[in-house]
Amino acid sequence: MKAVDKPASTENPSPSVGLFVTCLVDLFRPNVGFAALDLLEQAGARVDVPQAQVCCGQPAFNTGDEKGTKAIAQGVIAAFEHFDYVVAPSGSCAGMIREHYPVLFAQDPKWSGRAEAVADKTWELISFLNDVMGVDDISASLDGNYTYHDSCSGLRELGISHQPRNLLSAVRGLSCSEMKDSNVCCGFGGTFCVKYPDISERMVNDKIRNAVDSGADYLLGGDMGCLMNIAGKLSRDKVDLQVYHVAEVLADRTDVSPIAGRTPEQRTRSEDS
Amino acid sequence: MQPVSREFKIHSSKALLDEKLSAALARTQDGFGGQRAAAVEALPEFQKIRERALRIKNHTLEHLDYYLEKFEREVQAAGGHVHWARTPEEGRKIILDLCEQAEARTVIKGKSMVSEEMALNPALEASDIEVVETDLGEYIIQLAKEPPSHIIAPAIHKTREQITELFSENHAQYGLTEPVTEVADIVHEARTVLREKFINADVGITGANFLVAESGSTVLVTNEGNGDLSSTLPKMHIITAGLEKVVPTFDDLSTMLRLLARSATGQEFSVYTSVFTGPKRNTDQDGPEELHIVLLDNGRTEMLGNEFREMLRCIRCGSCLNHCPVYGSVGGHAYGWVYSGPMGSVLTPLMVGLGEAADLPNACTLNGRCEEVCPMSIPLPRMLRALRVRQFEEKLVGSRVRASLGAWTWLATKPRLYQAVTGLGMKMLARLGRKNGSIRSLPLAGGWTQARDLPAPEGETFMQAWARQNRNRGARQ
Repeated sequence: MKAVDKPASTENPSPSVGLFVTCLVDLFRPNVGFAALDLLEQAGARVDVPQAQVCCGQPAFNTGDEKGTKAIAQGVIAAFEHFDYVVAPSGSCAGMIREHYPVLFAQDPKWSGRAEAVADKTWELISFLNDVMGVDDISASLDGNYTYHDSCSGLRELGISHQPRNLLSAVRGLSCSEMKDSNVCCGFGGTFCVKYPDISERMVNDKIRNAVDSGADYLLGGDMGCLMNIAGKLSRDKVDLQVYHVAEVLADRTDVSPIAGRTPEQRTRSEDS
Repeated sequence: MQPVSREFKIHSSKALLDEKLSAALARTQDGFGGQRAAAVEALPEFQKIRERALRIKNHTLEHLDYYLEKFEREVQAAGGHVHWARTPEEGRKIILDLCEQAEARTVIKGKSMVSEEMALNPALEASDIEVVETDLGEYIIQLAKEPPSHIIAPAIHKTREQITELFSENHAQYGLTEPVTEVADIVHEARTVLREKFINADVGITGANFLVAESGSTVLVTNEGNGDLSSTLPKMHIITAGLEKVVPTFDDLSTMLRLLARSATGQEFSVYTSVFTGPKRNTDQDGPEELHIVLLDNGRTEMLGNEFREMLRCIRCGSCLNHCPVYGSVGGHAYGWVYSGPMGSVLTPLMVGLGEAADLPNACTLNGRCEEVCPMSIPLPRMLRALRVRQFEEKLVGSRVRASLGAWTWLATKPRLYQAVTGLGMKMLARLGRKNGSIRSLPLAGGWTQARDLPAPEGETFMQAWARQNRNRGARQ
């Protein structure tokens, strides 16, 4: 593995990008990963997906297991440090690498420099497309209204708020209807949602009420954790609001069933029966 | 009060079922949150003031010994006394002794969270001293025999109907015959009874929002003026405060005051800002003959020396409570001690012990809204996580969680094995969910499926699909 001494400048029209797929996209929603690949390649990046990737380490980190977190983080750093950029379709995982890795290794002379170097070139997908690659040409279409859930880590650690809305405004047929408290947590919180299911349920109920009140057809967001939580609750309550990752919409990959939802054929079949 | 934070799960589950509480919490958060946002919006230099306040408080904490000693000297020069209490017990004893000295039979109190830390009221009552809270909210919860559920709005969990009932039950002895239902009537009824108490009290106890080192003054903000009456009418005025409340100068104080009310209630300034410097002087028309200031440590000096120092910047505005979705769901009582919400989840384990409050640092999604609105820029999420690290290191995390986390971490550091195992797992899960696109229940996933379905995976993982496509691509070339 060869190390790159200086990070690519933003003028580089085709930087090398390591796609950090993230564990939830890998396991539950590969469509988001392929959407990310499409979008990055359309923007001119040379994308590769290192095989030696699993997770950013947040489950261990948020449980207070620093040793376990470091072991996982070292794997991520080693797998990705030779790229110009590291891009993840998640504000939460990108935030972990960007904001927390340097602190985690601050007292470790062997790893602190490497952690900082990787942190500096790590981006969340949508903000990377908007802020670094200057993407403004989106060739996707979707008919209806969307409401956007601002996932907490992306919003507060990385300042992601206007970028997805900006890119989504270029999708043909799609218009925005903001919900109340779009910037309030949906109740996912990683292990929080299984440790405190009833508090989490209250929070996701509030989120869903606000989303439904917005009158939107689609709920979009940039983090699989939040989206699985919201979509899972919508499915339980049989509320007809379709949940997609922003990348799926931007890459025109919405021909699949929404998260936790049924495909058009499944819907027709159950309506017939 | 005795901490019952161990029962967080029980109390939070109960709170979630209380519809009146839910409505009250939603009102509070929308109200305070919206008013704060408007107040911040209306003050373009808010961020600058915030940065200045941060520098002031960091500087003060860096030299806390100096400013506290300076404060003590100035208090003494003004004729007052400073008492140092390392623990809540010591604080109680100091105040009980002072009350005995004053031959006190009735004590009136302004709202003081530090006196709650000391569990002062029951101790006074055990010594046959009548204690009357004079902040309307505190008075209401005193009638209800409940602890405060919010640091600035202690009775926020009570509906007007409940308050009407409390007055009917408790004020019959003062001649109340008809239920008081309108806010103005409730306030009038409380004032009528409290006025007598004010006039007849022997000792007044109030808190302090700030201590000013340069003059030995204490500063109290209220919206009801009850602090002024509590402090000036009785012969003895006792002030309770945490020792982190000191600021160097009045100039610094003004910076803090510009943040406090805006962050708390969205007011530009509280209705009353009272400054107390020493007891009554010969030229004063009124005021207490004796002034005593009890400064409580209760773990604060330890925090000064560890990774929780920044918590000592807290000015108790309550903004983190007003913006926390967990507090907004369960309310203050669930937290089981004096402080609640994000700041309470940091302070409670540090003050009563991590083992007593193990849930509090974990009952948080780390969404960061508290830090965003904190006027003192306290990194509350980082601190909650630091408490989790302590819990993990002190083996306060259950063995089942440790074992499963350990197994997962082991697997997560072996990508090939991980991908093989998860590839199989996802194939099975996809089969379970192929009918509806989601799974209603799943062994070992009860925490998730109690509240929601599990979205079904597509079947093939991304890494499998990627490997297959690369192979195909390679074969074509």
